[in-house]
Amino acid sequence: MSTYPLPQQEPQGAQESVALQAPAHEAHHAALGVDSKKIGMWLFIASDCMFFGALIGTYLIYAGKSTVGPYPQDLFDIPLTTVSTFILLMSSLAMAMAVHGAQHGDMKKLKRWLGLTILMGLTFLGFQVYEYSHFIAAGLTLSRNLFGTTFYVLTGTHGVHVALGVLWLTLLFITALRGDTKRVNPVNVEIAGLYWHFVDIVWIVVFAVVYLMADVAA
Amino acid sequence: MATITSTTARTLLRPTAQKGLLSWLTTVDHKRIGIMYFWTALFFLFIGGVEALIIRLQLARPNQTLVHPETFNQLFTMHGTTMIFLAVMPLIAAFINYLLPLMIGARDVAFPRLNAFSYWIFLLGGIFLNIPWFFGQAPNAAWTGYVPLTLNQYSPGLNADYWLAGLQLVGLGTLISGFNFIVTIFNMRAPGMTLLRMPVFAWTTLIMSFLVIMAFPSITIALFFIMFDRMFGTHFFNIAAGADITLWQHLFWVFGHPEVYILILPAMGIISEVVPTFSRKPLFGYSVMVFSTVAIGFLGFSVWSHHMFTIGMGAVANTAFALTTMTIAIPTGIKMFNWIGTLWGGSIRFKTPMLYALGFLSMFVIGGLSGVMHSAAPANMQQHDTYFVIAHFHYVLIGGALFGLLAGMHYWFPKVTGRLMNERLGVASFIFSLIGFNMTFFPHHFLGLMGMPRRIYTYDAAMGWNTLNMLSTVGAFVLAFGFTLVLVNLLVSIKKGKEAGPDPWDARTLEWITETPPPVYNFAVTPLVSSRDEFWARKYQGAPALAAEEPGPIILPAPSYFPLLMSIALTVAAFGLVYSNLLLTIGLAATLLCIIGWAFEGVGEVTIYPKGFEQQ
Ligand code: HEM
Ligand SMILES: [Cu+2]
Repeated sequence: MSTYPLPQQEPQGAQESVALQAPAHEAHHAALGVDSKKIGMWLFIASDCMFFGALIGTYLIYAGKSTVGPYPQDLFDIPLTTVSTFILLMSSLAMAMAVHGAQHGDMKKLKRWLGLTILMGLTFLGFQVYEYSHFIAAGLTLSRNLFGTTFYVLTGTHGVHVALGVLWLTLLFITALRGDTKRVNPVNVEIAGLYWHFVDIVWIVVFAVVYLMADVAA
Repeated sequence: MATITSTTARTLLRPTAQKGLLSWLTTVDHKRIGIMYFWTALFFLFIGGVEALIIRLQLARPNQTLVHPETFNQLFTMHGTTMIFLAVMPLIAAFINYLLPLMIGARDVAFPRLNAFSYWIFLLGGIFLNIPWFFGQAPNAAWTGYVPLTLNQYSPGLNADYWLAGLQLVGLGTLISGFNFIVTIFNMRAPGMTLLRMPVFAWTTLIMSFLVIMAFPSITIALFFIMFDRMFGTHFFNIAAGADITLWQHLFWVFGHPEVYILILPAMGIISEVVPTFSRKPLFGYSVMVFSTVAIGFLGFSVWSHHMFTIGMGAVANTAFALTTMTIAIPTGIKMFNWIGTLWGGSIRFKTPMLYALGFLSMFVIGGLSGVMHSAAPANMQQHDTYFVIAHFHYVLIGGALFGLLAGMHYWFPKVTGRLMNERLGVASFIFSLIGFNMTFFPHHFLGLMGMPRRIYTYDAAMGWNTLNMLSTVGAFVLAFGFTLVLVNLLVSIKKGKEAGPDPWDARTLEWITETPPPVYNFAVTPLVSSRDEFWARKYQGAPALAAEEPGPIILPAPSYFPLLMSIALTVAAFGLVYSNLLLTIGLAATLLCIIGWAFEGVGEVTIYPKGFEQQ
């Protein structure tokens, strides 16, 4: 029988054994010292990057390959989309303020900024609806050409992300209005914030690739 | 026995059943979920096996018409899809579910309700995929679903619709498991269980889960593209509109190659537990083993186009992907030498688990070698889409993944049931499986090199393929007999197996520290870990049996209705994708309701008083 070397140093966590004398043991602890849901959100973001990677990659591969119009240059209204982009980016600032409020137990601040974030998210979606209806009127449908196909599926997926974010924040907002501070705790608000910032960052990439580079790609 | 109280908090009531059907439908216990995964996976393994036998019968002799050609397409499509997504992956999930928390000293996974959801959506998705068999329209465009075969023009029926929607369901469950396992490993380890003290099985689970969360998005998007092309007339794969159908191949294989490592890494982890135990030596080169696993994880994303050497990517791309593919053989080879190094000089006990592990080592080498042969792009032109490829991936998937899982099954059966599996039956099953397997698939190497294409309905007698095909078919039945013996052994041993005692194999790792079978709370007190092979160190090296907490009542997550309800809602939505937008809307609305219910369900917890700590 061979022998195993036994580590000489103090076993890690020896101190914890003394400290942990609570009457009941939670099934959940955090070996990394970070909330599990938060790690989960970071992993989701990594995975979602691959989702958007596939969509943006497809958009780029098919850019300029449409056999019939309308083409991007015919439709894009860069100043208008810049405004909606700006609003979405500013909503990240509002979200950060809401998180700040949650972290400092300032429910009033939290509610104010959370409400504003929701409004800005809705405004962005409003712009998108306007843009879509405008484009459709100009003849660009999902099945018109490759541009329509890839444009709507990419920006639509992003729009769904925003919409789900708005729904999530709204649920948080309602819970906060009901005064349920157990659920509207800093960690939960922070995680929603992570998601929201991520969706905004994705939009920066989409805006750059789809709108600003429209001439380059075509 | 332990007493149990439930402190279900307001809002929506959570179920409290501890016994009976309802308790299984609402369970969030990783061990129960693992057991459900296990039996469901075996069920699908059986279905996939029957499909394989019919395929082999049809090919046994030239010019046969045992089944209709259309049925034949459905058979090989569903065989591949079933084996990969409904048999081997869930079997892996069964092992991870049951063992991972025990191995790292946790009481459950990080997100128990999501874990249950992963199981239910897999079960319903698996049934969903098989439903069109009943009206003769099972998926029929191969497990790779290449366009344009899966577009409306060539798949006007429901076949492709079921395939696309079903894979989305199954994939969602896998994706969520991926998140769950990673967070569990990061955050639920017992004090002292540092990352580099984890059993290698936990490491392979970690890397495999990263592969899942980074690879599944690609196929999810690709499946949506086909769905949209079919449902809304988009042009993702419409050549007339300027599209390029190789886009599907790229998206599929960006998922597909990591997927093969998703299938093999956990088996490698199991081998890394079984081989040291039955050699009575520590694992040779633990840290190199971990490093190779990580390396495989990264390299696995750089080789996908080796499945597309023949489509005319050009010399530069072919060379690049040939080189990356050859590189991946290096960490794989390192692992092989580490296992051999573990065996070297050990006092080996040839019990059934060890036999299957040795089967893994030898068969996986053969599959790895033919893989390296594929990677030479010029040679690949000859081998691609022939039976040579079939030989390759069955050596890595049966000889590799499945033998690894069988080794694990015989090894941990006593942990789960408290009984031993019959050793004689075990050895017999191994001998029949090994002989049958090689009889079936070794001839495929030759058939492939002689030019027999894969996915072919029948062949002419003058091709010179007759004898080898007949041999292969006979072998398939020998293999099936071997697997039947495994099943018989399982069923007999559950009822009549010898008492195993707490430590039948003289094992090394943490899962053997607790009672056998483990209680709901896994560990009465969370152990304090001070060594890589903690149990061994405690038994033989005088390591003290430290605990990380005082004994006391334990809080576990409470059962929930929502994992099952949400899976049902999503399955309704999947039917909607096939049949009607109304159904789709209903399904999605119900899903949304379930999400809200899930979020606002009472913060349920069950307090358990382990032995000696009965409620005052
Ligand atoms: C040394 C490591 C490996 C190398 C170099 C390798 C290489 C390859 C190559 C180049 C192909 C494409 C052959 C063709 O279609 O022309 C292939 C196919 C395949 N490999 Fe491997 N492979 C390796 C390990 C594995 C493992 C571990 C698995 C699974 C557990 C696996 C499963 C498959 C499958 C399923 C296919 C066929 C896919 C299909 O067309 O349906 N391989 N392999
Ligand atoms: Cu591959």
